Amino acid sequence: MTLDLLRLLLTIALTGAGLVFYVAGTLGLLRFPDTFSRLHALTKADNLGLGLLALGLAFQAPGWAEVAKLALIWLLALLAAGTVAQLVARAALGRGAR
Amino acid sequence: MAVFDLALCTLILLAALAAVAGPGLFRAVVFFVVYGVLIALAWVRLGAPDVALAEAAIGAGLTGVLLLGAVGRLSRAGADEPLTSRIDWPVALAAGLVGAMLVWAVLSLAPGPGLAPAVAEILPQTGVENPVTAVLLNLRAWDTLLESVVLLAALIGLWPLARGGAWQAAAGPVHHALPDGVLAGFGRLLPPVALLVGVYLVWAGAYQPGGAFQGGTVLAAAGVLCVMAGLVRAPGMAAPLWRLALVAGPGLFLALGVAGMAFGGFLLFPTALAKGMILAIEMVLTLSIAVTLALMVLGPPEGGGAQ
Repeated sequence: MTLDLLRLLLTIALTGAGLVFYVAGTLGLLRFPDTFSRLHALTKADNLGLGLLALGLAFQAPGWAEVAKLALIWLLALLAAGTVAQLVARAALGRGAR
Repeated sequence: MAVFDLALCTLILLAALAAVAGPGLFRAVVFFVVYGVLIALAWVRLGAPDVALAEAAIGAGLTGVLLLGAVGRLSRAGADEPLTSRIDWPVALAAGLVGAMLVWAVLSLAPGPGLAPAVAEILPQTGVENPVTAVLLNLRAWDTLLESVVLLAALIGLWPLARGGAWQAAAGPVHHALPDGVLAGFGRLLPPVALLVGVYLVWAGAYQPGGAFQGGTVLAAAGVLCVMAGLVRAPGMAAPLWRLALVAGPGLFLALGVAGMAFGGFLLFPTALAKGMILAIEMVLTLSIAVTLALMVLGPPEGGGAQ
């Protein structure tokens, strides 16, 4: 019972912290002046935010298989976000953005 | 959860409104994709993960990519943005009428379990354990067979858009990826995982959510990524083996459907053989769907190096 409570508290704390990163990233996307700083805000914040969400949810997973799936989702999103950020930045550079 | 559902419904309506009412084609497509992802979430909340997977993969993902490609093509061709924020009254009236009819249809649905008990009763005879797969590939196999043919027809409809001299060239535009760039690295890392996920989705479809369309979409995405990353050359439309891959799925489906006539009727699968027949159809259909979708996303040849 106390273990369940501990897991619940950890989930709430970690997903809560993850959401803070999402809010920060979204604020950066909306407020930053150019493509590159927006990308910087978005990818950093979302990667860490998703990692914290996945970690928080892992404490609710019924088994190791689900934990592994959550980790895989985070890694894939990390890889995709990093690649897409590079491509968007390169496209912006090509179009003559600063 | 009522708060979550209410927020989800509000977001769906807002995304739909932003997609149809906002200015700019690109913006509309982005909101269409957001709308698709939210709809997928709504299907999960309704306890329909099969539909959610299909919506996320095909509704939001594939359709979104096709629309983005169309927007890119339009702007490259120097077309004026035809969409203004002005309301097109005949279209609005027609859409409103259809919407009202849908609301009326939902409200007049008789409350009850629907067809679920009937499917559950006949499930042991269908050869699969997932009721959705049982309906799609056995009880209502007609619909799925025709869907796969429609997909093929759409691709054939796309091919005549090829420029005269480019007919034999590789499908799609010419891609300029750096050989050692980020995209090439991503294109090397992702396909093995995508292959695993795609095959898993098809295999799992026999007893849990998944299936040929969802798995095929994942495989198609991996193929398109490989082409965009410059790791693989896109096939030409005249290559016989690729054409065989396109028609193999619908062809096998049709052949086994005709074979069913020996057991009582077209597309009737005998219980003892149903599992093997459905599995064979799913496997080959996945290959055909993957190749069809990938070629559809790549588009007609634009004069790149032939295969």
